[in-house]
Amino acid sequence: MYKFTTINENETQRLAKQIGEKLMPNDVLTLDGDLGAGKTTFTKGLAEGLAVKRTVNSPTYTIVKEYKGRIPLYHMDVYRLEDSEEDIGFDDYFNGEGVTVIEWSQYILEFLPEERLQINIEKIDEERREIKVTPHSDHLNELCKELKL
Amino acid sequence: MIEKNELILAIETSCDETAAAVVQDGTKLLSNVVATQMDIHQKFGGVVPEVASRHHIEQMTVVLEQAVTEANVTMEDIDAVAVTEGPGLVGALLVGVNAAKALAYAHGKPVIGVHHIAGHIYANRLEKEFEFPLLSLVVSGGHTELIYMEEHGEYEIIGETRDDAAGEAYDKVAKALSLPYPGGPQIDRLAQEGKDTYNFPRSYLEEGSYDFSFSGLKTAVINKLHHLRQKGEEIDVENVATSFQESVIDVLVDKTYDAAKDYGVKQLIVAGGVSANKTLRARMEQRFAETDVELAIPPLYLCTDNAAMIGAAASVEYHKQNYASLNLNANPGLMM
Repeated sequence: MYKFTTINENETQRLAKQIGEKLMPNDVLTLDGDLGAGKTTFTKGLAEGLAVKRTVNSPTYTIVKEYKGRIPLYHMDVYRLEDSEEDIGFDDYFNGEGVTVIEWSQYILEFLPEERLQINIEKIDEERREIKVTPHSDHLNELCKELKL
Repeated sequence: MIEKNELILAIETSCDETAAAVVQDGTKLLSNVVATQMDIHQKFGGVVPEVASRHHIEQMTVVLEQAVTEANVTMEDIDAVAVTEGPGLVGALLVGVNAAKALAYAHGKPVIGVHHIAGHIYANRLEKEFEFPLLSLVVSGGHTELIYMEEHGEYEIIGETRDDAAGEAYDKVAKALSLPYPGGPQIDRLAQEGKDTYNFPRSYLEEGSYDFSFSGLKTAVINKLHHLRQKGEEIDVENVATSFQESVIDVLVDKTYDAAKDYGVKQLIVAGGVSANKTLRARMEQRFAETDVELAIPPLYLCTDNAAMIGAAASVEYHKQNYASLNLNANPGLMM
């Protein structure tokens, strides 16, 4: 596990951007943290690293939003799938041509691939965040080694 | 040649309403049938996707038959079948898309895919003809967008939310206040009784931007409630509702007003589920009363999801012969 302490929103976004630049098709990321921890900020950084031009905003209503970038970005909020067995075609996303980022991933544990990058954001105070990045594959581990603030 | 007086049978199933309608020439509503699932989802405190899909399947043919019967037409009279292809819940969209394709194929009619938001804007054309250039504020559970139009079927997004949609903030704040789903009408009702005492932040973003942000406001309200509960202080629910709503509406009205002025539009259309909000309607009317901009807000039954609006938007595409093939698929993240 790799731990980073970011001093503000900009630094959080920069760390995410570095990850975004290194991601490859079929990479799956889980992104967890409390309300206001900065999940949206982090995803905006990732999107920047993937060269997505459009505004990345909340996928809550439709559960998934797709963005065109260097490779596609699939942004999911699976909060509403709590207590549900529904498979909204996860494999098509996970095995598709892009990168999948999942918020509230605990609700779809049974669908998640083993090889994934687990990201947890914790609020230290108003500005600072502790970001834990746990890679569950060799390629993702290599990616993490190169990260620096 | 496209004949006049075209009839479009339209289908909408992007979220929790199963709807079908027959629309003539994009402006005249012959029938508008909506089977809502709101009471079902209320139990869960929000839309449950697989429950929504199942109910769409149960309701689809009933709603379709009723729409055709009420319009007093037959499938022979219909010129095209239109359907919402996105954005929305994939399982829900698929029910409508497949019904539309099956009907179109069986009766030899063209099928037209419609963007859900284009539908919300065109709901107004069933009441009032468009005056270009126009600006539309689309506010709903999934959208907060300012869309500029110079002509039919051409949409330019000049502002959008950078995080949560306005309706999403309403639903989340309502949930934090333990109010039933959907939260918008509940908060609007309570807000009529309260005062703006909590001074929640108003997010205008950088100068000249028409974008929105409601995530910070949502967090501020939830943090405030949390602090009050921790200190054992009483929460004035009405005042929280008013304070929250004032913040949302101030920003919506101010940004829309600025954009309408800067773009020199002739008409402003307020569309989407949140346009049913009484306070938003009143404040928009107030702000635009002294301008040359004509304000158009559809009646309540056209603000929430319905198929008539999809038929109205499809009429424009019909005249361009912008037909979809039978490969048309549900696209949950469809861009405008």
